[in-house]
Amino acid sequence: MKPFQYTRLSTQDLASGTTLRDSTILAGGTNLIDLMKYGVEKPDRLADIGKLPYAQIEESDEGLLLGALVTNADTAYHSAVKKTYPLLHKAILSAASAQLRNRATNGGNLLQRTRCYYFYDTAMPCNKREPGSGCAAINGFNRIHAILGTSASCIATHPSDMCVALAALEAEVHVLRKGATLVIPFDQLHRLPGDHPEKDHNLEPGDLITHIQLPTEGFSDHFEYLKIRDRESYAFALISVAACLKVSEGKIEDIRVALGGVAHKPWKLKKVEKEMIGKVASTDNFQFFAERLIQGAQSFGTNDFKILLVKRAIVRALNSALNPS
Amino acid sequence: MNTNPVHFTLNGKPVKISIEPWTTLLDYLRYHKKLVGTKKGCDHGQCGACTVLVDGNSVNSCLCLLVSLDGKDITTIEGIGTADNLSVEQQIFIEEDAYQCGFCTPGQICSTIAMRNRGEINSEEELKDWMSGNLCRCAAYKNLTKAARRIYKES
Repeated sequence: MKPFQYTRLSTQDLASGTTLRDSTILAGGTNLIDLMKYGVEKPDRLADIGKLPYAQIEESDEGLLLGALVTNADTAYHSAVKKTYPLLHKAILSAASAQLRNRATNGGNLLQRTRCYYFYDTAMPCNKREPGSGCAAINGFNRIHAILGTSASCIATHPSDMCVALAALEAEVHVLRKGATLVIPFDQLHRLPGDHPEKDHNLEPGDLITHIQLPTEGFSDHFEYLKIRDRESYAFALISVAACLKVSEGKIEDIRVALGGVAHKPWKLKKVEKEMIGKVASTDNFQFFAERLIQGAQSFGTNDFKILLVKRAIVRALNSALNPS
Repeated sequence: MNTNPVHFTLNGKPVKISIEPWTTLLDYLRYHKKLVGTKKGCDHGQCGACTVLVDGNSVNSCLCLLVSLDGKDITTIEGIGTADNLSVEQQIFIEEDAYQCGFCTPGQICSTIAMRNRGEINSEEELKDWMSGNLCRCAAYKNLTKAARRIYKES
């Protein structure tokens, strides 16, 4: 690991904002320290935010406010998350290992980087790691790679399970920017790769995620988090589906579906969801929805299987949400 | 010299040092303190051989910078039991023959203790998932699972 300067931030330090702008932020470090060991991340300065006051979960009339420094495990096992947001509970516990969930934080989960093999391998070209160097994945081994929203520069996926659930729940991200709180709808936090795959998200240098706001509606009656992976535990998703439904007299009142493992961000299309309102909650209509949601999907050889798999996974997840066992 | 101060408790004893910030908890334990019960397997958070307890939670010590653990309570296998005075968990591992070469055992035991501390296991699947962050290259999983189950239920 390359030597670096380390600062442990206090609340007073935040007022100036200077340290954050010039530093890489360290929270749980489960992804960052690993990337530093591989030489993918080479920060000169680390700003440790572990002592800042964002380690609480607060209930209010507006829903549940998750502190950015609460660990993934403490979030998943929180009584209000288990009761009102079982989708989030299930998604978090499907991810990583117990040890990683015990250390990784909510803010860090949002900002974790892709697990594209070529991103990690510093001997290979990668536009995300080294802009302009090329993409080894497009014509390489791309089993885990994206099929939606890709560009000629990058076909990496966002690796998080938690983010897929947060996208489906339409959470909001609270960001401290120049002393003021900015509220970002979850769908607008991450971005598609385009010509700048080195940018995973729309945050600016110096921004700090402080909280994640869950809305009051948790879809606890009709939800599913379906994760398909190469082994049953401790593996990233090939495909994941977070599905939420509200149904009245057999008809869809509300539907939320976010996909993981298929794009540079959790994939969710509000427009397609709106088209389903009032339709019968049936397998046929779920199949129609799946076709619309992944319209334009493009595969790259080793990940050809994902197009059929994701359609089937969407239908299966929606049927599970409709008829919870 | 580029060092930063950090205070913590290690196996019940307070420690106050200044250390290079790139030192991981794992490297501190093994190379500075010669506490070699905690093992270095992959050094990337994948194998679980380096699992220790921080505030009672299992973590991969290879992915924690020591300086980031200010104020924390760290417990390694050396703080859990000794050869002359085995802990309940170590005794159960012996009774269930839950290891072969023993390399992964300190991490496995820390994970079972953290699992019991958390108290959120409701099924065999959840128990296996909890323990899936600790690999055993000897594949002693059958007896490991038995030991983990007993530790969760009995101790």
